[in-house]
Amino acid sequence: MMTGVEGYMYPNEITLYWSVLIVLYPYITGLVAGAFILASLERVFRVDAVKPTYRLALLTALAFLVVAPLPLQLHLGHPERSYEMYFTPHRTSAMAMFGFVYLWYLMAVLTVEIWLDYRRDIVVMSQSSTGLKRWIYRVLTLGSSNISERALAIDERVGWLITLVGIPSAFLLHGYVGFIFGSIKANPWWSSPLMPVVFIFSAMVSGIAAVMLLYMLIMRLRREKIDMLCVDTIARYLFYMFIIDFSLEMLDLIHRIYEADESFRTLNFMVHTKLYFSQIVLQIFVGTLTPILLLALTQVLKFPEIVRKRMYSVAGCLTLIGIFAMRWNVVIGGQLFSKSFLGYTTYKMALATREGLLMSIALTLLPLFILWVLVKLLPPWPERVQGAFPAETPTQ
Amino acid sequence: MSVFKDSGHLFRLAALYAAGTLTFLGIRGLFVPHSFGQYGHYRGAAITEIAAHPVHFAGHQTCETCHTDVQQIKKSGMHAQVNCEACHGPLAKHADDPASAQPAKLDTAVLCVRCHAASAARPKNFPQVAAVDHSNGVPCETCHQPHSPAIGTGGVK
Repeated sequence: MMTGVEGYMYPNEITLYWSVLIVLYPYITGLVAGAFILASLERVFRVDAVKPTYRLALLTALAFLVVAPLPLQLHLGHPERSYEMYFTPHRTSAMAMFGFVYLWYLMAVLTVEIWLDYRRDIVVMSQSSTGLKRWIYRVLTLGSSNISERALAIDERVGWLITLVGIPSAFLLHGYVGFIFGSIKANPWWSSPLMPVVFIFSAMVSGIAAVMLLYMLIMRLRREKIDMLCVDTIARYLFYMFIIDFSLEMLDLIHRIYEADESFRTLNFMVHTKLYFSQIVLQIFVGTLTPILLLALTQVLKFPEIVRKRMYSVAGCLTLIGIFAMRWNVVIGGQLFSKSFLGYTTYKMALATREGLLMSIALTLLPLFILWVLVKLLPPWPERVQGAFPAETPTQ
Repeated sequence: MSVFKDSGHLFRLAALYAAGTLTFLGIRGLFVPHSFGQYGHYRGAAITEIAAHPVHFAGHQTCETCHTDVQQIKKSGMHAQVNCEACHGPLAKHADDPASAQPAKLDTAVLCVRCHAASAARPKNFPQVAAVDHSNGVPCETCHQPHSPAIGTGGVK
């Protein structure tokens, strides 16, 4: 008997090849898509209450998007070969084509939108700052310091258009991650046309929760007052998204239970044993039902501000844990059972290896560090920047 | 024309992206081998390069031109379908010049268990033994003739 293996496993199923890094990949990508959707609420859907988080959401999306391919690079090894995916793209490989979806989202959507939104500030800061920062801002102006009213109006209009294109692109980005799993017909745990949709909504949930938490945390660190109207509105949207996400996941579950195909007994057994803690306890009860209940309470009862803040913080943290557990259950759960439906294996996470726990923690913290640099470089707080503006903004 | 003047920065951005795309295409032209895609999603010239590699395996037909005695023993036994070089290793050099390269003497205590060690993953009707209990380190060829291994065909070479 092999340790951690029960029943009959094919030899190539005993070791899990997709490690915790592959759990991080959809988790991080989901945060990107979710943060962008939150930003689009203000820009396209004119939800003015969430305006204080607009720029922060965009920068959060960028910080996480830059890190999103790193788990894959570390998992696959040979990052020096990754450019080949672009040079000689294999059009029948869903994973290979994701490179283009990623590139489109990074270069055509997020970077352009951030640049257009910050252009006025960049031009002003290129004139008011000194040293290395001045050079960075000068490069970012692309040599144009035209921030006339008309130029800014054009930026606004183009930015709106980019956000409009960005919404389906954000759906595409994360829906695509779901598609990669959902289209693996050999694995009954993954193979479901609902997978891309579930991934999109869970992405929105995690991204909105992450930006809400970051906003509250940064405001606290800056010793500034939290805009409660903004946080209340975000929490309301988080609640709506969570309801849709949970309904879809339950729909998937009920469908599987009713359909009860040949894999059902095996998967059912797995959920009640190996995945019991991560799926039933962590994902469903702690990470979904508890935050939904907390958010629902804030919608129907009137709590004082301080209580609401705490409830949102707890709900946000639990949401992030729950969505991580969901990614874990999809990626790791899909590899724990045998294709023979007669056996189960165990995932033992390494600690200090290329795909171990420490690397995962580092990859989770890295976007926060990048976000810190981005916030320093491109402050998302317009009032502060305006305070530093010269009396008359130069026009060309 | 002020629309063009006020959207000049957008043209600069477009020019930057166009320059980036052209640089990408230029580097791609340099890095991607010319024969890529000639036959499929791989480098076409790889076929001739691989074909030019020295041949290591002679093939059982070549072995049988000289070793007719072994062929006779083998063809009636359970190993009739096992190719010579599956056990003896690649021997094209030996086939080209038998005097210059002699095949190494095989240790049957190690060799046979590669296929015949008991394993749940093997078909039930495939002959398999727990080597320690079965022979306790005694070489298999003591009882089994490797070219026709059924007991009774003699434990010779």
